[in-house]
Amino acid sequence: MLIHDYALDGFYDEMFDDHGNPRPGTEAVIERFKQLPLEELQRRQQAAEKSLLQMGITFSVYGDEQGAERIFPFDIVPRIIHQSEWATIEQGLKQRVLALNHFIDDVYHEKNILRDCVVPEELVLSASGYRPECVGLNPPGGVWCHITGTDLIRGADGQFYVLEDNLRCPSGVSYVLENRVVMKRSFPKAFDAARVMPVADYPNRLLEMLENLAPPRRDKPVVAVWTPGIYNSAYFEHSFLAQQMGVELVEGRDLVVVDDRVMMRTTTGLKPVDVLYRRIDDDFIDPEEFRDDSMLGVPGVMRAYRAGRIALANAPGTGVADDKAIYAYVPDMIRYYLDQAPILNNVETFLCWREQDLKHVLANLDKLVVKKVGESGGYGMLVGPHATQEERDDFGLQVRSNPRNYIAQPTLALSRVPTFIDNHFEGRHVDLRPYILFGEDIYVMPGGLTRVALKKGSLVVNSSQGGGSKDTWVVETSVLEGGDSC
Amino acid sequence: MLSRVAESIHWMARYVERAENVARIMDANYHMILDLPAGFGGQWEPLIVTTGDEELFKQFYDEFNRENVVHFLTFDDRNPNSIFSCLRQARENARSVREWISSEMWQQINTFYLMLKDAARQGGGIELPHDFFVEIMMASHLFTGLAENTMTHDEAWRFGRLGYMLERADKTARIIDVKYFILLPSLDYIGTPFDHILWGSILRSASAFEMYRKRYGQIAPDEIIDFLVLNAEFPRAIHYCLIMAEFSLRTISGTMRGRFSNRAEKTLGRLLADIDYISVEDIKTMGLHEFIDGLQTRLNDVSDAVFDTFFSIPELRTAEQS
Repeated sequence: MLIHDYALDGFYDEMFDDHGNPRPGTEAVIERFKQLPLEELQRRQQAAEKSLLQMGITFSVYGDEQGAERIFPFDIVPRIIHQSEWATIEQGLKQRVLALNHFIDDVYHEKNILRDCVVPEELVLSASGYRPECVGLNPPGGVWCHITGTDLIRGADGQFYVLEDNLRCPSGVSYVLENRVVMKRSFPKAFDAARVMPVADYPNRLLEMLENLAPPRRDKPVVAVWTPGIYNSAYFEHSFLAQQMGVELVEGRDLVVVDDRVMMRTTTGLKPVDVLYRRIDDDFIDPEEFRDDSMLGVPGVMRAYRAGRIALANAPGTGVADDKAIYAYVPDMIRYYLDQAPILNNVETFLCWREQDLKHVLANLDKLVVKKVGESGGYGMLVGPHATQEERDDFGLQVRSNPRNYIAQPTLALSRVPTFIDNHFEGRHVDLRPYILFGEDIYVMPGGLTRVALKKGSLVVNSSQGGGSKDTWVVETSVLEGGDSC
Repeated sequence: MLSRVAESIHWMARYVERAENVARIMDANYHMILDLPAGFGGQWEPLIVTTGDEELFKQFYDEFNRENVVHFLTFDDRNPNSIFSCLRQARENARSVREWISSEMWQQINTFYLMLKDAARQGGGIELPHDFFVEIMMASHLFTGLAENTMTHDEAWRFGRLGYMLERADKTARIIDVKYFILLPSLDYIGTPFDHILWGSILRSASAFEMYRKRYGQIAPDEIIDFLVLNAEFPRAIHYCLIMAEFSLRTISGTMRGRFSNRAEKTLGRLLADIDYISVEDIKTMGLHEFIDGLQTRLNDVSDAVFDTFFSIPELRTAEQS
């Protein structure tokens, strides 16, 4: 590995400390990469990409030719987190998801947190993810957000911060699983030396969690993954998860509600379904209750849900906590519901609906990242320092016309990881999306999806905007080959 | 299994088979035309007539010349039965059932589609038609072989085989019917070497030339009909296709031979029984073209019955069941 010319450029690096020394847990990998000649690294990078291509691990890009699929670029250098640090992240995520679940349940029932003015009522009721239809609903076990994909970033100070909570249909877990398969094939020795915590049991845990949601009295619950169809950008993942769990992948047109039971149309007649892992937004699940122009939905699903005859994961209405303006109040929720100090902090956030904040945002558009509150996937955002004056002016007008719809955050110096670019290593900015399952208890997948902005200097890691991914290793200890492990 | 999945696998297999047959028919026609006497070389119209897309063709083209017909049948995306359209639909179906088929099958159909797409993008001029069409046929064989050897022979697979066997029976019937539409210079030509060229071309369109020779030697129309319609062992003969289709269908529901448990089995079982006990003499009495016409109508009835039985579940009936 040609580390001698690897430059830190003043950013926090995940692999090396400020003096260029390996961080705890990375020694074995660095050692292994050093031993491999450049040609061998090239060969393995190509082999890794080829095997992802052959496995057909693709995503669709909206606005592109209909159904055009692309490969999610993959980088061979893993992102490594030591177990001791991971333990804190894990605790922080559990705490956060627990508080968020309390919040959602509260919002649709007693509304205590609104009455106590901890979160402004107006903000909640105007959130695009708030569903008045869900008031009074009681999902099984009181759990609303069964699957969460929290976005974390590490700042210049070396601390992890929560950027987004992603409680609706977080995608990307299939890349985590497939990246791991590819890395094990490409770097068996490095794997052997670093003791990496496994991720492969995720589909099992997901299935177990989903099966537990089934209405009682079903011996062998029928679980299905509900996809919007092959033109959805995450279709590959839907198909992959169904296959890994050994359950049916269904579309809206496969389902029908009869006597408040959701049934699948099969070659031998209708078969009941007990649990739907839906990868489709609230708006589209039931044209009787939500958008009546939905072609993807199934009339009557919400009736069946109310009657307790079908379980939906995540529960309808969960998106209220996904609003980027409500995000700003999550630390307050943790204090309010759990009476604890937040373990993971938020990124400093300006809410444009507050007059003071709006002024600050408009005056500092060149320094801030401005985001639409209801969007995700890197759409509807402005990275001030990288935008043109015209783009900033344009965005400023949009913000002014609907301040409730926008938040702003400082442009963060995201941490970097060495990345194999044009046959040498360069630092590239990354984030981290661990996946959290909330069933009988809360499980956090060790690691998660590390997305990397492959364009030099870019801070946008989304797959739709030129991002790639890396395997994420949570290592328990690092054993140096023939060396001292302590 | 889900009706949609069964239907997608059924059509995936059918579309690949359809693409292969269109390629073979065109390839055989190219060969035939080169052997015809001057003045009778331009026989491309029968190809369109037999595929049943005459009306559609006339909407877009003025003349039944080689260039137009080949383009219409190979690359034209306005023709739902062109090779390119078939593969697009086959791939689309495959994509929606990726968790059911093997990854080898998916990769093959993907590669197959991209090959056609590339050829279409390069303007669709075919330098060496024979090589091009052979490539298409081989890609289709590879797909069918992968389905045979990499996928569990379960219900899903049986719906696939049912699909391509029905498709193949229909295409062989159409290939025989081409003879009806090809214009002979005069009745005197019947039985001449010229007539033999036409019959030979029909055998080649069904990849049956060599196998026929082995069995019968001389080109004789009655024996060609016997071979392409009634043979129970040649894999493109109509009888063989119907035996396999009927077997696939019965094993889906587990019904014994000679019985039926749904309309699809009844319709197909009856058709097979008729073919089981028909002779070349019977067909000639009826008239070959009339026989083929009737057969195609009945194959369509079978497809409709399969759709009604397995793919579209009337909600009322099932509501009563629950």
